[in-house]
Amino acid sequence: MYKIVNHQKIGENLALLDIQAPQIAQKAKAGQFIIVRIAERGERIPLTIADFDREKGTITLIFQEVGRTTQRMALLKTGDNILDLVGPLGEPTHLADFGTVVCIGGGVGIAPIYPIAKALKECGNKVISIIGARCQNLLFWEDKMREVSDELFIATDDGSVGHKGFVTDVLKQLIADNKLDKVWAIGPMVMMKAVAQVTKPAQIDTIVSLNPIMVDGTGMCGACRVQVGNETKFACVDGPEFDGHLVDFDLAMRRLSYYKDEEKRALAQQECQGGGCGCH
Amino acid sequence: MSRGWLWMSLKIPRNPMPAQDPAKRAKNFQEVALGYDEKTAVMEAQRCLNCKKPLCMQGCPVEVDIPGFITEVAKGDLKKAAEIIKGKNSLPAVCGRVCPQESQCEKFCILGKKHEPVAIGRLERFVADWEAKQEAEEVYPPESTGKKVAVVGAGPAGLTCAGDLAKLGHEVTVFEALHTPGGVLMYGIPEFRLPKDVVKREIEYIQKLGVKFENNSVIGKLFTVDELLEEGFNAVFVGTGAGLPYFMKIPGENLNGVYSANEFLTRTNLMCAYDFPNSCTPIKAGQKVAVIGAGNVAMDSARTALRLGAEESYIVYRRSHSEMPARHEEIEHAEEEGVKFLLLTSPVEFKGNANGNLESMVCIRYELGEPDASGRRKPIAIPGSEFEMEIDNVVMAIGQGPNPLVPTSTPGLKLTKWGNIVADEETGQTAQDGVFAGGDIVTGAATVILAMGAGKKAAKAIHQYLTK
Repeated sequence: MYKIVNHQKIGENLALLDIQAPQIAQKAKAGQFIIVRIAERGERIPLTIADFDREKGTITLIFQEVGRTTQRMALLKTGDNILDLVGPLGEPTHLADFGTVVCIGGGVGIAPIYPIAKALKECGNKVISIIGARCQNLLFWEDKMREVSDELFIATDDGSVGHKGFVTDVLKQLIADNKLDKVWAIGPMVMMKAVAQVTKPAQIDTIVSLNPIMVDGTGMCGACRVQVGNETKFACVDGPEFDGHLVDFDLAMRRLSYYKDEEKRALAQQECQGGGCGCH
Repeated sequence: MSRGWLWMSLKIPRNPMPAQDPAKRAKNFQEVALGYDEKTAVMEAQRCLNCKKPLCMQGCPVEVDIPGFITEVAKGDLKKAAEIIKGKNSLPAVCGRVCPQESQCEKFCILGKKHEPVAIGRLERFVADWEAKQEAEEVYPPESTGKKVAVVGAGPAGLTCAGDLAKLGHEVTVFEALHTPGGVLMYGIPEFRLPKDVVKREIEYIQKLGVKFENNSVIGKLFTVDELLEEGFNAVFVGTGAGLPYFMKIPGENLNGVYSANEFLTRTNLMCAYDFPNSCTPIKAGQKVAVIGAGNVAMDSARTALRLGAEESYIVYRRSHSEMPARHEEIEHAEEEGVKFLLLTSPVEFKGNANGNLESMVCIRYELGEPDASGRRKPIAIPGSEFEMEIDNVVMAIGQGPNPLVPTSTPGLKLTKWGNIVADEETGQTAQDGVFAGGDIVTGAATVILAMGAGKKAAKAIHQYLTK
């Protein structure tokens, strides 16, 4: 059992959990993720480690309520326990002093880009960050991102804060004005795909962190397989970070939607039972 | 032994195992084989000739005193029978169910020369199940030796090694990556062949021996083997299995609806997806399911597909019926339940629709050529024999490789070119001092009982290493 020491609502349908998990906090590195199962009969879902505090022995998870499990997780309170927490999983971000790097976080993807931006800054890079969301209510961690970035840009679809438009608009401008050495992009698949399309003609190395369906997260099932170049890779052990110019995003998006109907059914059942899903 | 007794033994036919009706059981996840009742078990036990030099025992990788326990069953002393089995085997209810006895103990039974062998597996299962229904007796862990052993992986090899080491007084901690111990017994072998309550019961017994379980602990990520040794463990046993699924690398393999058997079975067994949406993990089994491969994992997958509601479930195999590696009994059960066999056939491509969902499979026919070096006849594709069939799920059951997490994070180990750990066959000793290994991580995908045998040998060797 893993205790939630802090539960906070940080935006519209966005929740933050600090969880007591000293062993994971001790080992976690930027770019890694965990698998969580909240109750008996619950499913295993992957979430990126958004932050960790080795001294306090906590890790931070941020998630958006998108279905049955995340809705139930949002109902947990400070002091409640999470049944299973496995990690740290996946390969850590490859860190070095690359020069000038751009870190892009879209929507809930701001959470996983934060530790990467922080680590890149610590390696001596000039870090330019772009965070974006549909509207201001879905933005978070502007202050934390500012702390670890030399420059920070904000983009919202509706223009409620920062640039009105997409993160890629800001990126295009940055490419025109600067010599960029590497780009990291984390967010919805469509956003990562769009970023890769912008950086490819400019020949800027681009790393994306993929979020396919996972079950075990340790390489034993291949549910998370993705196509990178001509190869099939398991995102949980070979990734989750890959060369954005080689990823088959369309395939990845189609694979993400395979259980759409089941996900709806699960959510409908939860609603008719008034929030209890029979998971516990 | 009197001649009358011998005559009796030969006259009693081997007692069949009652089973659920095939038509009914193909639609539920309850256990297929129902087990002996006491009367039948005693009758079957009386068939045993109680040989002076029992050959059956040489067929048992964990050295159960087979005539010893069967004699007690014949006398009706089930408590004593259970004690005798547990002395050597910590997982008898599992072994009685999933061991391929026809190629192990029962293969050597002298009665089998002219008649049918004694049903050793069924008797072992009967005794273990009988014991589970009795009031649990206190288990007293022996006095501690003060030595600590880490066991990596809670599958059959790790569980056996842990149980034996605990009986010798060592302090054992098992590190398991999943949220539940059991390995393939929990995620792989289906409920209808091995009920999960049976596995849980046997793991509870190992806990009573004093073994501690650390679930959700991925060795290679959370700690390395070297860190376990540095942090006070005197020895480490690696039993992480062969959990890396192989794919065929043919076009369309990443379409929606193509599962590895590991994923298909893990969702169904470990995550109880057959009970969705009451349990939270979904699974999709279509109307026409093709399982590629013909081992036990393939049979389990094809039979699972039927139970998830598939109208047609196919085994697709590039050799013929007689080369199928699955247990004879499993093939028979699958046939009885209506699994169809598409033999001398293999897929070359999968095709999907605009949403990326699988719609059809292009296959090619094979014929068998000359026997190869291993004596198996080599399948040869017949040019121009391609045909296409509609299908909405494919399950790849063509084998698994060693999970690389431990091998690649432990520089002191020596590996084979396939990534298996090199370890002494008798002791499990690896290239690194204090590190032992056994089961599928050493041999490649094999059987539950061979993994248990390896765990047992390693426990003996670790005990010697710790007490020398």
